[in-house]
Amino acid sequence: MREKPILRVGTKLLIPFILLFALYVQFHGDFGPGGGFQAGVIFAAAFILYALVFGMANARAALPAGLRRQIMALGVLLYAGVGVVGMLAGGNFLDYSVLSDTPTTGQHIGIFLVELGVGMNVFAAMATIFFVFASRDPSAKEDG
Amino acid sequence: MTLHDHLPALAVVVPLMAAPVIVALRRPTAAWAVAVAVSWACLAISGQLLQSVLANGPFSYLLGGWAAPWGIEYRVDPVDAFVLVIVSAIAAVVSLYAKTSVAKEIDPDRQYLFYAMYVLCLCGLLGMAITGDAFNVFVFLEISSLSTYVLVALGRDRRALTAAFRYLVLGTVGATFYVIGIGLAYMMTGTLNMADMAERLPAVAHTSTVRAALAFLVVGIGLKMAAFPLHLWLPNAYAHAPSVATAFLAGTATKVSVYVLLRIVLGVFGGTGLLTALPLMELLMAMALAGMFVGSAVAIWQPDLKRALAYSSVAQIGYILLGIAFLSETGLAAAIVHLFNHAIMKTALFLALGAIVFRLGSARIEDIAGIGRRMPLTMAAVLVAGLSLIGVPLTVGFVSKWYLVEAAIGAGLWPVAVAILLSSLLAVAYVWRIVEAAWFAKPSDKALAATEAPTALIVPTWAMAGAAVWFGVDATGTMGVARAAAAALLKGVAP
Repeated sequence: MREKPILRVGTKLLIPFILLFALYVQFHGDFGPGGGFQAGVIFAAAFILYALVFGMANARAALPAGLRRQIMALGVLLYAGVGVVGMLAGGNFLDYSVLSDTPTTGQHIGIFLVELGVGMNVFAAMATIFFVFASRDPSAKEDG
Repeated sequence: MTLHDHLPALAVVVPLMAAPVIVALRRPTAAWAVAVAVSWACLAISGQLLQSVLANGPFSYLLGGWAAPWGIEYRVDPVDAFVLVIVSAIAAVVSLYAKTSVAKEIDPDRQYLFYAMYVLCLCGLLGMAITGDAFNVFVFLEISSLSTYVLVALGRDRRALTAAFRYLVLGTVGATFYVIGIGLAYMMTGTLNMADMAERLPAVAHTSTVRAALAFLVVGIGLKMAAFPLHLWLPNAYAHAPSVATAFLAGTATKVSVYVLLRIVLGVFGGTGLLTALPLMELLMAMALAGMFVGSAVAIWQPDLKRALAYSSVAQIGYILLGIAFLSETGLAAAIVHLFNHAIMKTALFLALGAIVFRLGSARIEDIAGIGRRMPLTMAAVLVAGLSLIGVPLTVGFVSKWYLVEAAIGAGLWPVAVAILLSSLLAVAYVWRIVEAAWFAKPSDKALAATEAPTALIVPTWAMAGAAVWFGVDATGTMGVARAAAAALLKGVAP
């Protein structure tokens, strides 16, 4: 792609906005349409676009397999961890109302963190699925 | 709220959270240690739940504090608790065995994946058993199924990949049928809570939508439990999966699917009268009888012992289905106790086969020739569990078949009682094949080089084989729980 300057410059211009839009969808999710899943997919799309234009090697350097794995693990832990905090605070598992002084604020905090966990997980999983399928050598292991 | 009140949620949350921890740790030994700790913690939780449900009756846990028909309810009654104990006990014993066998069969940099999938699969299976929400069952079904596909695909050779893919296609068809069935039932009742759905279904039972829902559910769950003739994914998946995965799945995955069948068909659709109005039980009985004979007969001709035992599982699922099809308390109790009994003996057999694979690198009949003298402890475990598979007295297999025959006679179905005994003869044939090869054949080259399996493999194998004798000699405990569970299930079934 070295000889396609328009694509390269266009991509570099687009990526920050894609990431920003993903964050908007993520953090606006509890008020309007959006949420963790959609945000994660959009966030991953930015990296997939980067990989398409700048090549797999650069994309892997930007988002190594080890980092993706940790983000994936952290996402699930954040989701389930919010549930456990609810338990420790005296409610049932995933009861957000006890997370704050007023139940409404508690519900806000709870769904915000849970969606963040979903977003992290979906982003890392989507990127990993793309990276695995994009490897030319099927026996190449995704490690690092 | 005390810790005790949270146990229903913890049974699912503990293994669920362990999976990402294992992924983050990555080191094989650390991953294994977490898997062992989680499996035993789940066993402790399940034991506690069974104890409280037997002492104080069924109880509920409301997820997120949302009230029952709207929120997700975890409902613990004797049937759930019994299945929870079976699954977590198998997982606990198999987890001890896993380290040595997995180290031999799976690349070091992929072992953490195996353990992550192992606890995730445990989470899904326990979740299916404990939840009282029909859609939540689907979610956990997918969690356990997806992790199972990965477990199978981690097998030693490339055939594991095709086996996993075939299982993925058929398993997805099964899960889709399940969710279509639940969707149709939801359309007519407006609820996903099982207890609520069971109350609302009789009013709309005459509609073809509800009948279609029942049909989709039976076929979907039938696929997941590998009921004949929907069993085609099972032999390859069991034969090519890593030994530990086979032992774990053979003891748990199909059993939990049988539980879902009991819960949905008897528990939710029981009150509609459709079970007797439609020829459903006759159909199940025909499937069960065909499975008993075809599964056992095919098992006799398999050159690979893992495949042979996989086909034997198809036959054993037939016995369980037969017990359900009688729709009587004895039949149902026999089916439920056979869930437990078959889980024990099949896990013992697959663990022993895993020990053989550990030493020989294969479980083909020509390779195990003469292995009886080289690996006496392992083969003795195979013999004990094999006798139990046949149904010899003093083993758990005898208990199951005794009550099955009693139920058949109680229902006035003499030919079925005879069929149960005849199909046991086929089991004699495939077990005898193993015995003949192991003790009476000229030793193969591989067998001559083999020595007894390591203690870390022998002890869990014998724990299971010993349990097959223990619960065969004294079945009062297991039969007591099974009878209580059967009575609880039949209460909701309209005559």
